[in-house]
This record gives sequence, structure tokens and C-alpha cells, in this order.
Amino acid sequence: MAELLAVRGLRVEFATDRGPAQVLDAINLDVGPGEVVGLVGESGCGKTTLARAILGVLPEGPARIRGGEVRFKGTDLLREDPATVNDRVRGRAITFIPQDPFTSFSPVFSVETQIMDLMKWKSPRATNGGPSPLLGRYPAARYRADREAVLATLRDVQIPEPARALRRLPHEFSGGQRQRLMIAMALLPRPDLIIADEPTTALDVTIQAQILKLLRALVKERGVSVLFTTHDLGTAHEICDRVVVMYAGQEMEAAPTEAFFGRPAHPYTRSLLASVPSAGGEIRDIPGEVPSLVAPPSGCRFHPRCEYATAECREVRPAPSMLAGGHGVRCHHPIVGADA
Amino acid sequence: MTPPLLELADLVRHFPLRNAFGHRVGWLRAVDGVSLAVHPGETLGLVGESGCGKSTLGKTVMGIYTPTAGDIRFAGREIGRLAKRERRAVAKDLQYVYQDPGASLDPRWKVGPLLHEPLRIHTRLSRAEREREVRAILAAVGLPDAHLDLYPHELSGGQQRRVGLARILTLRPRLVILDEPTSGLDVSVQASVLKLFRSLQETFALTYVFISHDLSVVRAMCARIAVMYLGKIVELGDTAAVFEKPRHPYTQSLLAAVPLIGARRISQDFRLEGEPPNPRDVPSGCRFRTRCPLAQARCAEEEPALRPLDGRTVACHFA
Repeated sequence: MAELLAVRGLRVEFATDRGPAQVLDAINLDVGPGEVVGLVGESGCGKTTLARAILGVLPEGPARIRGGEVRFKGTDLLREDPATVNDRVRGRAITFIPQDPFTSFSPVFSVETQIMDLMKWKSPRATNGGPSPLLGRYPAARYRADREAVLATLRDVQIPEPARALRRLPHEFSGGQRQRLMIAMALLPRPDLIIADEPTTALDVTIQAQILKLLRALVKERGVSVLFTTHDLGTAHEICDRVVVMYAGQEMEAAPTEAFFGRPAHPYTRSLLASVPSAGGEIRDIPGEVPSLVAPPSGCRFHPRCEYATAECREVRPAPSMLAGGHGVRCHHPIVGADA
Repeated sequence: MTPPLLELADLVRHFPLRNAFGHRVGWLRAVDGVSLAVHPGETLGLVGESGCGKSTLGKTVMGIYTPTAGDIRFAGREIGRLAKRERRAVAKDLQYVYQDPGASLDPRWKVGPLLHEPLRIHTRLSRAEREREVRAILAAVGLPDAHLDLYPHELSGGQQRRVGLARILTLRPRLVILDEPTSGLDVSVQASVLKLFRSLQETFALTYVFISHDLSVVRAMCARIAVMYLGKIVELGDTAAVFEKPRHPYTQSLLAAVPLIGARRISQDFRLEGEPPNPRDVPSGCRFRTRCPLAQARCAEEEPALRPLDGRTVACHFA
């Protein structure tokens, strides 16, 4: 498989009052071209931190990158010149769909102003990073071409009457419509990778279904890769080609969607799937609580809650091992061969 | 059959819409003629999308809002229009659990006094009797006695939630309205919370009204389910039957929209278009007709009444 994005051994710490919290502990992650990868895990497991580390938008004060690399199309974004990353990658080759469509627009400017501002800097037709920040002129010919592209993309995300919609203010759109606008803005720079951070969590289930259907169709048609973070396993099953599960800052298992849900090999994945409520069935939880990241458990961070844990698990973090069919797992005692 | 614990007859709650000068310009019909019965010991699920009126319904039953019209009968007695003092006597039998019961704890009170307070207000128990009661409840929600001397911030989020529930249970309510009790929780935490609700229901013989937009949770917890759309119930029946074969077109789309692990992908066959209309401006006739695949001329003229069908009640001309 050709690689588009490869994260290797990424470590991120956050300074807190009680000492540094090890939020990402030597994370590996791969996204291939045209692939929709789900990043699942419970709140606080580091999904959003990982997404932000890839985009290079970690909070500057508390966050410290302690090692590892983020390879995007062969260049390590952590060691590349920040100005080049800003120019060519962030917002262009890698775009972002936020969780909350309600606070992601400025309430005082029309949607047109906000989308055209994006296009001024990040349009695929702009050469070397758009106009200079000081002069800030937007060439008229490119403006017209960009505006056509905006209208076409709004039609693609099924915004009725795009030309009129552009003149409206964000509050005149419903949550579902605003998320459609966000998807349009993520697609407009013609990215190779879209990072979508829980894009449907704030929406009702029928609207969520519409948005997921739309997003999957659009990215498959354009061959764009998506890294889709979510805590809802049903949503991950719905939209992803491959799923990666994280626990307390470590990745545990990465597998094609069918294998992930059908033949999970990691004990954590199994407990997580078992805690999804089923029809009239028994409700099973995972005993214990998510550990503190300031003083995380040694070795495999899931070992205090794992029924298979041995002395080895307490000492050494398992190395990635590969099962059949691109199914990777990091566990000393993977459950192989049995169905879930 | 035992008589219902709670019975709603044509319950209506409208909110006035006012313009900048305070003149009323219309009504927001949040709950618009809801009738249902809740039997002792059962869990009734109330589902629907945001803005369908499910929380308004719960709060009207609780007495937080006064009903615009219609009856609320609790244990055989009309409670919707009682005088303040009489209503207060009913209050301890009816309790409302907000999304995060832990967030309603006063940060400056220790857990002990927090749990004593409802008993001080509503009962005449002596201090020793109250202490015994409080300890029993605390054990029931799975917390050690030592926690009585802690402040809320010294507990974890899950423990705070348990204290919040204990506070509601000290009064031994008969009916508990759970308003989105698991939204925003991770599945593994959600599973612990649901388990706790189940064991408390057994221990204290509680009746639950479970308000949620999460259909898979409702399916696991509730024997009967009521589906609301824009202030009205569109389908009400046994959960298993409704999930097996939904009859109302809205219920069908709602169930089809739930992403299920291991099932077909909805992104391939989901059909429902559009978004719910604004509840300030409800469509004539059947409220769902603007999005309904079965809609015909009759749906715009005549509002379908709930009628028995297939062992449940459905409000649709063509179901």
C-alpha cells in the first residue's frame, strides 16, 4: 500500500499543574490514498490531540512534541520549514472539518465573505500561497474562477440555491446545513487528506445519516483520504474503510472495518464493542476507570483493566504485530481465531 | 391490570412567541396534545430529534412548566393544576434527572449534608434516622460511607453522578424522569450508568420515563417506546415490536438512520431528505408530511389521529 500519511512513534506531552501528561505515547498511524480511516476511542484517549498534531495546530503553550515523525507524502512535517507547511500543506493538502458547526463560523460576516477569504489564500488555483499578506490583492480572474468553484461545490453538498445562500449569515443556516458548508470548505482547496474531528456528534441522527452519506460519496468520488475521529463505533462502522482504536494515548489495534468489528484481536477492542448496548440484551461495562495520563500505567496502558494481563504487560509495551489481511494489533496476548 | 402510575390526557404546552416590543406574535407548540400512560415498574422510552418537545413534556409532568391544557394524573390524582402547597407534597414522588446529575451538586457542601438536605425539607425524620437512610442510599449507588465527608470536587465525574442520583433517591420517589442521562458519555461509561439505573430500579421499585435521542440505548433499557415528532406522538408500542417492524414512516426513517455495527451501511440506502420544520411554524395536517415519502393530498388537510394497529398505536393515514 502506498502511503499518504504515516505517523511514527509520535510522543506529545502537555504541561499540567501536576506534571507533564503523556497524552500520546509513541503512536503509529497510517492513512493510504483514498482511504477513509476511523480513529476511535473514549474521551481523553488522545484522538483530537493526534488530529491536531498532524495538522500542526497543537496549543503552543502547554503542548510539547517529544519525538517521532509525521510523514506526509514523504516529508516529515515536524522537521519541515513551518512557513512551507503553512503555505503548501495546512489548509491546502490537509484540510479540517470541525466538530461544532455552530461556533466555527464568525457570526458577523456573510458565508460568502468567509468562504472567499479561504479561497483567497488556499484556492488550488493560487500559486505559491496566494497574495502577499501585506498587499492582499485578490486577482480578478482568479476570483471569478474561484467563485464558480465555490458555487459548484455548494451544489455538490446539496445546499439549495447556492448563490442566494452565499449572501446569508451563518445563523440563518441549521446545524446540518452549516456542517454541509464546512464540508464544502474542506473540499474546496482540493486536499489529499481531510481530518474530520467528530463531524456529526452535534447533529441529530437523521441529519447525521444524511451527512455521513454525503461525505462518503464526495470523498470516494474525488479520491480524497479522510481521517475521521469519533467516539461512536456505529458511525465508524458506517463510513470507514479501516478503523484504528486508541486507549489512553496508545494505539491498540488497526484493522479493516470488517475485521475490526468481526474479529477484534485486542482485549480492549473486545470490551469496547461489548459495551455497546444491544437489543434487550445484557449491559456489559469495562471494570475500572481510564487512567490518569500524568502517571500512566507502565507497559501496555490497558493492563490494569485487562483480564489477560500478565507480568510482561506491566513491563513492556507490546510491539506492533501483523495478523492476516492488514490487521495490526499491539498486545502480548491477542485473541486470534475466535469470532466476536 | 394495575392502573397506570402516570396518565397524560391531551397534554398541551405552548410557549408564547414575542416580538421586540413584548407583543405576542404566535405560539411555539412544543407539546401539542400528548396522551400516554406509564405503568408502575416499567421503563417508558421517549425518543425524537432535538426540538420535538420531549424535554418540555418531561418538565411539564414535573411541574417545572404548567400545562397549557390537558390533564396529568399521577397515581389517580390530577396534579397539573394543584395549588403550590399541594403540588409540593407530590414533588417528592416525582423526580427529574438532568443530563449530568453530578453538575447540580453545590461545590461548597460535603456529600453528607447534600444527601441530608432533601430529607430535611420533605420529611420529619430525626437526625439519626436520616443518617441511616443516607448511608443505605449511598451503599445502593455503590459508594463507601467514607465519601460522606468529601466535597464534590474530590470525587471523580462518575462518583459525582452517583451522588447526584443518591440525592434524588433519598426521597424514595415513585416516578423518575431521566432526561438524556447518557448523552455525551463514552460507551463503556454509558454501560456502567445504564447498569446502575437498572439495579436502582430493582432495589427501589422505580418507574422510569427515559428521554433520549439514542435509539440503541432506549432499545436496551425500555419495554415500551413513544416516538415524538414536533410535539406529537406518532407511534407508541412495545419496543421489540416497534424496532422489528416500525409502521409510521417517521419511525422507519429514524430507525434506518441509526448506524449499527455489523448491519448494512445506511449511507447506501438512507432516503429521508430535509430537516424537521421549525416548531414555530408547524405544517397543516400531518406534521411529518413535508418529509414523508408516503404523503398525499389528504395528509395536508386532515391530521391523522393515533389509532391502534398491529398491537400498538400509530398516527398515520397510510401506515
